[in-house]
Amino acid sequence: MLDAGQTQESLLEVNNIEVIYNHVILVLKGVSLSVPKGGITALLGGNGAGKTTTLKAISNLLHSERGEVTKGTIHYHGDSVADLSPAALVKRGVIQVMEGRHCFEHLTVEENLLTGAYTRKGSVQQDLDLVYSYFPRLAERRKSQAGYTSGGEQQMCAIGRALMSRPETILLDEPSMGLAPQLVEEIFGIVKDLNEREGVSFLLAEQNTNVALRFAHYGYILENGRVVMDGPADELRENPDVKEFYLGVSEEGRKSFRDVRSYRRRKRWLS
Amino acid sequence: MPDQVLFAMEAAINGLMAGVLYALVALGFVLIFKSSGIFNYAQGVFALFAALTLVGIMEGQVPFQHLINAIFGTELHGFGWETPAILAVVLTVGVMVVLAIAVERLILRHLVNQPDIILFMATIGLAYFMEGFGDLMWGADIKKLDVGLPQGGSFWIEENTAWLGGDGFYGFFIDRLDIVATIAAAILVIGLTAFSQFTKQGRALRAVADDHQAALSVGISLRFIWVLVWSIAGIVALVAGIMWGSKSGVQFSLSLIALKALPVLMLGGFTSIPGAIVGGLIIGMGEKLFEFLIGAPFLGGATENWFAYVLALLFLVFRPQGLFGDKIIERV
Repeated sequence: MLDAGQTQESLLEVNNIEVIYNHVILVLKGVSLSVPKGGITALLGGNGAGKTTTLKAISNLLHSERGEVTKGTIHYHGDSVADLSPAALVKRGVIQVMEGRHCFEHLTVEENLLTGAYTRKGSVQQDLDLVYSYFPRLAERRKSQAGYTSGGEQQMCAIGRALMSRPETILLDEPSMGLAPQLVEEIFGIVKDLNEREGVSFLLAEQNTNVALRFAHYGYILENGRVVMDGPADELRENPDVKEFYLGVSEEGRKSFRDVRSYRRRKRWLS
Repeated sequence: MPDQVLFAMEAAINGLMAGVLYALVALGFVLIFKSSGIFNYAQGVFALFAALTLVGIMEGQVPFQHLINAIFGTELHGFGWETPAILAVVLTVGVMVVLAIAVERLILRHLVNQPDIILFMATIGLAYFMEGFGDLMWGADIKKLDVGLPQGGSFWIEENTAWLGGDGFYGFFIDRLDIVATIAAAILVIGLTAFSQFTKQGRALRAVADDHQAALSVGISLRFIWVLVWSIAGIVALVAGIMWGSKSGVQFSLSLIALKALPVLMLGGFTSIPGAIVGGLIIGMGEKLFEFLIGAPFLGGATENWFAYVLALLFLVFRPQGLFGDKIIERV
């Protein structure tokens, strides 16, 4: 599982991008990363680190939020994505599952899934069956309005909707948000299945470092709009800094919150 | 039956018919509001512009003839032919689609993600621009619109209902044009509902109405959807323009019917297509009945002008989302 990602060709190359919102707010200060074909790549970091912005820069959803990539390049299959609309990217196989699910509340679950196939032509029944086979719960709720389903079901609906476009790469933003630990495990398990059986590559933005590093192959840690560390997931998991700052364990055992402030000073990568 | 009751019934029926016309205008508002959150102040002017264009094409007018005559000193008055109504309607639909594309290109595209109030201001600007543009293009005189729809009271209905009352009652007076308008509205609503429920583009339209960002993320092109919606709203405006224009001539006060659509929307809900229809019917019937039963005998009449707004005010207090507005889904 672990080296599946690294040996293969790179699908997505993000090269030193800088993103500015509203012409003034500098959010990303030079982020570079690469997503290999067939891998699960995790983008980790706290609130405001720039994970979501990175994903939106790739999927070109930034424009509608008055954000702009001002420096650097993003290439998918070697082609620049800068001038592509989100719709064109979906057609090329890159689709984003947004943070906070964003299901269409007044549409039924099945209608939600069907919107995912908007850019495609031809029959979609096969894809519906596929989605229902991965998410049997959605099949049960297919006639209910998405707004009335549970948070977990909405997350499944959002991922299923993305699957309907037959994507090559899914940009998955914070799938664990607001979900019970059990559900988080279930959803990550399905992500892994999709990766292994359907060959979908994932770029995963996640705050829950613990879970993300267990399921991902490779990880990037973002802080204040910069990549501060990257490496194979199992190495990151063993890294003493990651352990201390993101996984909440350290050699000295549990820390009390009183010592938290001193964490910042001791970060090795910032000195 | 006592004549008084029959007269009240006649007032109610005529009110329903007038309500259909309000509903037609309100429908255009709902379509745009639902899919883009924009309250399109220009919808009434759209109806006017559509009617002007239709008359202009039917009569073979040269667009901008006054302007051309003024600049080049020519004496243009028209092409000298008359276009059949059906063809003129088709051409006008084309003009409304071009207008929708222009609105998207020149206005909406540049105002993406701006606050609603800015978009609203933009539509006010659009309304005044369109009014002036229509004037410049087709002239400011009142025009007669006759696309061959039946008009005048229906004798058949009068004759067959006269037996209901006594000697003073001659049967219900119902304008045949109102009946046509009702049928047209029914067809429009059924068509639009079927379109939004059962087609791929209709589903995309509802998706955009729910969540712009998510719609973008699954690859729905907002620009295309906006052009689509504004085109449909333009076509609805054309239908409204034909009905109002046939009834009272194509004149610039037509754009003011937009204001009557406002209480209709508050009653029916800004986001509901059936709501626009039911709201229109209630307002239309309510104001006629109120005038007949209370207004004329007790208040000195002329209540039709304000009744709708008072009713809307009451709704704003007790049921702000209207009768059929989208329930706000909130999970706890």
